[in-house]
Amino acid sequence: MENKALNKSNIRKPHSISMLKKNAMLIILVLVYIFFTIMTKGRMFKPTSFASLINQNAYVYILGCGMLMCMLTGGNIDLSCGAFVCLLGALGGMMMVVWKWGTGISLLAMLAIGVLYGCGLGALIAYVMVPPWIATLAGYLAFRGLGTSILSVSSTNSISFKDNQTFLNIFSGTLFKTPEGQMNMPCLIVGIVAAVLVVLLIFNTRATRLRKGYEVDTLGMDVAKSALGALAILLIMYKLALAGGIPTVLVWVAAVVLLYAFITSKTTVGRHFYVVGGNMEAARLSGVNTKRIMFLAYLNMAILTSISAMIVISRYTAANADAGKNFEMDAISACVVGGVSASGGAGTVLGMVIGATLIGVINLGMFQINLDANYQRVVKGFVLLAAVVFDILSKKRNT
Amino acid sequence: MAKILLEMKNITKTFPGVKALDNVNLQVEEGEIHALVGENGAGKSTLMNVLSGIYPHGTYEGDIIYNGQVCKFSNIKDSEKLGIVIIHQELALVPEMTIGENMYLGNERGHKYAIDWNTTFAEADKYLKMVNLEESSKVQVKTIGTGKQQLVEIAKALAKQAKLLILDEPTSSLNEEDSRALLDLMLGFKKQGMTMIIISHKLNEVAYVADKITVIRDGTTIETIDNRGPEPVSEERIIKGMVGREMTNRFPKREGVKIGDVMMEVEHWTVHHPLYPERKVVDDVSINVRKGEVVGIYGLMGAGRTELAMSIFGQSYGVNFSGKLKIDGKEVKMKKSEADAIRHKIAYVTEDRKGNGLILSQSIKVNTSLANLNSLAKLGVIDQDKEYAVAEEYRDKLKTKTPTVEQLVGNLSGGNQQKVLLAKWMFAEPDIMLLDEPTRGIDVGAKYEIYCIINDLAAQGKSVVMISSELPEVLGMSDRIYIMNEGKIIGEMKAQDATQENIMALILQSGRGA
Repeated sequence: MENKALNKSNIRKPHSISMLKKNAMLIILVLVYIFFTIMTKGRMFKPTSFASLINQNAYVYILGCGMLMCMLTGGNIDLSCGAFVCLLGALGGMMMVVWKWGTGISLLAMLAIGVLYGCGLGALIAYVMVPPWIATLAGYLAFRGLGTSILSVSSTNSISFKDNQTFLNIFSGTLFKTPEGQMNMPCLIVGIVAAVLVVLLIFNTRATRLRKGYEVDTLGMDVAKSALGALAILLIMYKLALAGGIPTVLVWVAAVVLLYAFITSKTTVGRHFYVVGGNMEAARLSGVNTKRIMFLAYLNMAILTSISAMIVISRYTAANADAGKNFEMDAISACVVGGVSASGGAGTVLGMVIGATLIGVINLGMFQINLDANYQRVVKGFVLLAAVVFDILSKKRNT
Repeated sequence: MAKILLEMKNITKTFPGVKALDNVNLQVEEGEIHALVGENGAGKSTLMNVLSGIYPHGTYEGDIIYNGQVCKFSNIKDSEKLGIVIIHQELALVPEMTIGENMYLGNERGHKYAIDWNTTFAEADKYLKMVNLEESSKVQVKTIGTGKQQLVEIAKALAKQAKLLILDEPTSSLNEEDSRALLDLMLGFKKQGMTMIIISHKLNEVAYVADKITVIRDGTTIETIDNRGPEPVSEERIIKGMVGREMTNRFPKREGVKIGDVMMEVEHWTVHHPLYPERKVVDDVSINVRKGEVVGIYGLMGAGRTELAMSIFGQSYGVNFSGKLKIDGKEVKMKKSEADAIRHKIAYVTEDRKGNGLILSQSIKVNTSLANLNSLAKLGVIDQDKEYAVAEEYRDKLKTKTPTVEQLVGNLSGGNQQKVLLAKWMFAEPDIMLLDEPTRGIDVGAKYEIYCIINDLAAQGKSVVMISSELPEVLGMSDRIYIMNEGKIIGEMKAQDATQENIMALILQSGRGA
């Protein structure tokens, strides 16, 4: 094994076309960003744009993680998550504002309701074998109605949280806030630490793989990868530092995204999601508890939906009937644009993050150039279609 | 000399990076049955795809001369117009539709905008009679067995006015009885003047039916053997051409393996059909297997062999189980759980590696570790370096041909896929291995390697149960043979006492008959 490390054939040769394909969405993301920066005469590149990208899209990243897990099991989706955000928001409003429960108790209660729904939904799908899209379509239809009727206690059909600063501080606002335009040091330091960690991680992995004689990329590739990764983090954190500091919600997003990136790539449970989606029967006959995986997918989705609900009502400082509208579609789009297979078994958290960011950038860019809201939808529809067509075509050429 | 109906001259077909066909020549006389043999990946199917226009003119070099004319097909329709009809290995029937609808799919009778169903079914019935299928054309395809479905495929080809019929592995999913009927049907067609090309791995069938046998190896034609003499050509003679060397022994000897105590015992095992719980699929079966022993289970398709093996493996098939399962002398109360079976050191290696064996969209590495992933994980986190090392270890052990273990299993050949499937179950470290058709659809060379692996397993003291519908394989590999029919064990023989004749006689006696 040891002498294999010296063997040149263990170095994966960079292949320009396949590299391009692999990173196509990332390249498109950069190009689209540059396009909108030019179109908005630089406004898109301002610190506030970075901050609003994160604040506006936080829920997409979190729901995207849940939707990814569902889709991995075989292209299954959850249509109910948007409506469940509305219902849970309304319940949260009742608890915190109308019934005046403590913030901690209320949040725990909301989470408990999410877990309850997830168990019920998961059991229906995994053990009663109701097709997922039908099981969740029921929630899609029912929950918004239920939520809206709860909210009708208020004459404005909306419950405001503006007096509950503790709750708002947990999910929205900015950490160590400084005035706009001034350099926020904590934010910058976090950025530098994160960038260094990324570089260390890449080279540590490389060293281990080389020592054990496994396949590695060329040194140049790894240098480029770590340089780009570190620069991207530094740029974002630098811009955020100028915009007042780290948005609180970024902590939540980062935690969830890192956790799910870890689960999907490193754990047995994560692996089981991929194999169930790849071939359910083969997974079952290999001793994988396929029903449990289906159950977990929807329980997990409900838990992440609960967190999204908290984030969303906090961002709007109110629970209202429109909360969560089309969230399910946003999460599905992020996954699909990010290369998650619509038939299951393939897709990564990183891909989903890039997909979500691309859609977020297009949304913000279109808003900043004052594109008519109707045309914004048209563009979004075509972006989704183009991403899928691209995905299918690029896979075809590989074979 | 008879007229040459088809000549393929210097056909060369290149895929990116691979030369699949290299100057292949093929001559087929009118009215003969011409067999194409060769290992998997030798280029037989590619050649037939060139002929039928699936690879259109211009994507290959060389000429196709049919009936004296140079043909330039740009799709299947072009070749079918001239009467060249191909029947693929995988049945291409729509299960929910009737036989008649299937036969005229894409070739509908009647007007452009209105199908004439009366003509359709009447003509369909006519062709069904020609293939000796006693079913109405108004019966849904899903209600008839695979053997009959294969006949429907042939009737469908006849309905296209076939003059040159190409059959790609027509008997691969048929039992001996149905296979023989199909081959006799082909001989009947020949008498009526039909020309046929058959691709097959089953050399005894080829020797039985073919007039000439063309051997393809590594994309080139090696030789054409004449089989019109009084004695059919020997299988060894054909294999020599296919593998390029003499195969003196198709089954490696198992030497010095000590057969130990009884490892697994199944007593009065009865299993019912999951959809029709009143039907017994496995009926009062009692078998046992010893340490270091290879036990063969032979039976025709539908005899309940797969169902028996799967029901032993964590009750993964069937309902309403009864009977006792003893492992190492102790009775085991197994739950309805595959994971439980793996914990009890049982492995079931499926007959359907693509359907329920492997995850084709995942790498060799992921497939290898799947059944025993927990042994590579701490607190649910996979040690991926160790996983990689394990995959490499089994790749080397089983001589799986692949550049890296990160290769997707879907890109491997059948033989190599079978090795990955075996690797998965060997890594699960079972004591009892239930191998279901371990060499189905793989070529002679790879078969030999699989047999060697089975011998190694026995030498390690594992108990191997090998289910197979190829009699020579069962006879060549087993220490002891159970014969199964209609859910029951109808006989048990020591390998040295068993012959093809007495096994087939047992099955015929047991009532099902031909």
